[in-house]
Amino acid sequence: MAIIYLDNSATTAALPEVAIAVKEMLTENYGNPSSLHGLGIKAEKALGEARRQVAGLIGARPTEIYFTSGGTEANNWALLGIARARRRQGRHLITTAIEHPSILATCRRLEADGFEVTYLPADARGVIRLADLEAALREDTILVSVMSVNNEVGSRQPVADIARLVHSRSRAVLHVDHIQGYGKIPLNCHEAGIDLMSLSGHKIHGPKGVGALYIKEGLRLEPLLTGGGQEAGQRSGTENTAGIAGFGVAAQLAAADFARRTARMQEIKLELARRLVAEIPGAVINGPPPEEGAPNIINVSFPGVRAEVLVHMLEQRGIYVSTGSACHSRRESASHVLQALHLERWRQDGAIRISLGALNRLEEVEPTVEAFKECVQELWSL
Amino acid sequence: MYTSLLVRYGEISLKGNNRPYFEDKLLANMRRALAGLPPRRMRKTFGRVFVELHDDLEAVARRLQRVFGIVSMSPVATAPLELEAIKKAALAVLKDSPGSTFKVQAQRPNKRFPLTSPEVNQELGAYLLTHSQGQRVDVHHPDRVIHVEIRDEGAYIYSRIIPGPGGLPVGVTGRGLLLISGGIDSPVAGYMGMKRGLELTALHFHSFPFTSERSKEKVIDLCRVLAGYSGPLRLVVAPFTNIQKAIRQNCPQEFYVTIMRRMMFRIARAVAAKEEAPAILTGESLGQVASQTLQSMAVINKVVDLPVLRPLVAWDKSEIIEVARRIGTYDISIRPYEDCCTLFVPKHPATKPPLARVEAAEKNLAVVELVAECLENLEILTVEPEADVV
Repeated sequence: MAIIYLDNSATTAALPEVAIAVKEMLTENYGNPSSLHGLGIKAEKALGEARRQVAGLIGARPTEIYFTSGGTEANNWALLGIARARRRQGRHLITTAIEHPSILATCRRLEADGFEVTYLPADARGVIRLADLEAALREDTILVSVMSVNNEVGSRQPVADIARLVHSRSRAVLHVDHIQGYGKIPLNCHEAGIDLMSLSGHKIHGPKGVGALYIKEGLRLEPLLTGGGQEAGQRSGTENTAGIAGFGVAAQLAAADFARRTARMQEIKLELARRLVAEIPGAVINGPPPEEGAPNIINVSFPGVRAEVLVHMLEQRGIYVSTGSACHSRRESASHVLQALHLERWRQDGAIRISLGALNRLEEVEPTVEAFKECVQELWSL
Repeated sequence: MYTSLLVRYGEISLKGNNRPYFEDKLLANMRRALAGLPPRRMRKTFGRVFVELHDDLEAVARRLQRVFGIVSMSPVATAPLELEAIKKAALAVLKDSPGSTFKVQAQRPNKRFPLTSPEVNQELGAYLLTHSQGQRVDVHHPDRVIHVEIRDEGAYIYSRIIPGPGGLPVGVTGRGLLLISGGIDSPVAGYMGMKRGLELTALHFHSFPFTSERSKEKVIDLCRVLAGYSGPLRLVVAPFTNIQKAIRQNCPQEFYVTIMRRMMFRIARAVAAKEEAPAILTGESLGQVASQTLQSMAVINKVVDLPVLRPLVAWDKSEIIEVARRIGTYDISIRPYEDCCTLFVPKHPATKPPLARVEAAEKNLAVVELVAECLENLEILTVEPEADVV
């Protein structure tokens, strides 16, 4: 059975070029970049190359890229690192109610440590209001953290406007969780005025277990991992050279193909959204209207259908989608994002996320829509 | 210090003519439980088993604590039939078990030994008192008893008593078919059945895509825990989706649960026959949910002519949970994946379904065909116990 993989916001297939780079690093270029000998230097060069590639996609300087074990570590590091470095300046942070758990759980940890966190609400489209942010900014605000693209509904935050506001009205640092936006929407960290940015490899057809934190030059935050002083002393531990090299290649490919990729995803997305709503009575799109959100994420609910069941039925037909978010699908409680959007209960319970990647094709729309129609009809007939 | 483990098996020794069979089964089960550890001798004598130890008391005891039929175990020190050697061994045993008071209790089946039992008690008591610090003799409520058995081949000294799981050796009372869901109750029912000597085949009804693949994994994990008490377990997975759909489309909502259970029992009847299991086990407990009223159980039972054993029928939920925690199934059972039993459950299921109306409702269902279709598509797995790391 041919597979149609539409769960790219959970993870993506590594591209062949990525797999080749990873394999080469594991079997041939396996030196420790900290070693003095030739193999070490060769590995160090590969790291430098990857740093340039990863930086290129967001307009950063290679020296501003610090590799991590993935997006979660990058998000944890950004928040904890700033909180610890600036605790004497203030103990107030601002984030949003629809962030990824790696942000929200870290905020709760900081609250337990005596920090105060303001959670900005989102409107029904999944976007925060600048007025709310402005009202929340305080003298003692040390960090504002927002995601560029929401992982469940694909809403985009006005990052450049947020940056202007934060920098003009406060001394706070701006962190952007760009894990879902990386390679999907254009965002230049310098032009937009971003201080910290989290990235992840496996959402852009790179390997899992590798990510990066962009740290604007001159900005100081405390390291999470201390030890051998790798990554300029900011992130100790022998570098995951294979993962990093694969991440670099994935970033390179995403940059080289950016316009075509995003245009194709957008085209597939709009067609899927249009047809699902037109051909399945009662189907509704959750979050931003299709033309407003990220080019790769649709969140849709069908009346009287429980998302989990529909996911399994589609799976039987070789179509892979997810409920609201992969991070939530194992829990019974509804997604905090859909709750924050104040959707009716049936829309929360029935929310299916379709997320596209670089490998999806327009031809997949037809069988996907047909499968959705069949499954929903079958469930309605029960 | 301890050269062997004395294993007591109480109830079996009362079994008259069946006793050798029970004992052989117990020994076989013990050997299976000890597989992977260094090989050792096991000796059956005067209604107990001596298991040779190779400085691996804790590992052996931990494994044997999962062998039903064992009442208790005591690590035993041995000494040649010389008083000095017996004294030294007794002192070592005393020091190994906690407490501040003790008494010595000797037995002397070997009448050629020069001292009588009371004399041994006195000699040893005096020796232990003078050679240990802060110990007192208390003949009425001692913290521990130092047992000394003077036998032909030597003296056995022990004090510590490690409880066993009790019950009967798995296999001696036959085979039962356990209807297992992912819930808390049915694994406990299986455990209780095994405790009374039943060997199990588990039967699980799976409703993909309405329940996820992970709910099946959950049942496999539960069976893995049960297999820790019995050895490899057969798990039969029955596809139940079409039956649920058919019931949903053809039967009145209030009887949905009753009819679903009757279909499960019909399938169980057939699987039990194939498995040569003369009984069905369920985790039902009286009054817990709609299908677990007396009348409902009666209506469901009508479709089978096998005894349906319900080990938990009179238990409270809290008691069931307590056992589930103790045997290690609880944390698996509470994983959130849904079970076929929770699908399409109507808001108001009939708690007293009248048999005639249920039978009438089933007329709209292709019962024979649906059962046959399900039986043709059974998936049969063998679940091995988790490897016990020494």
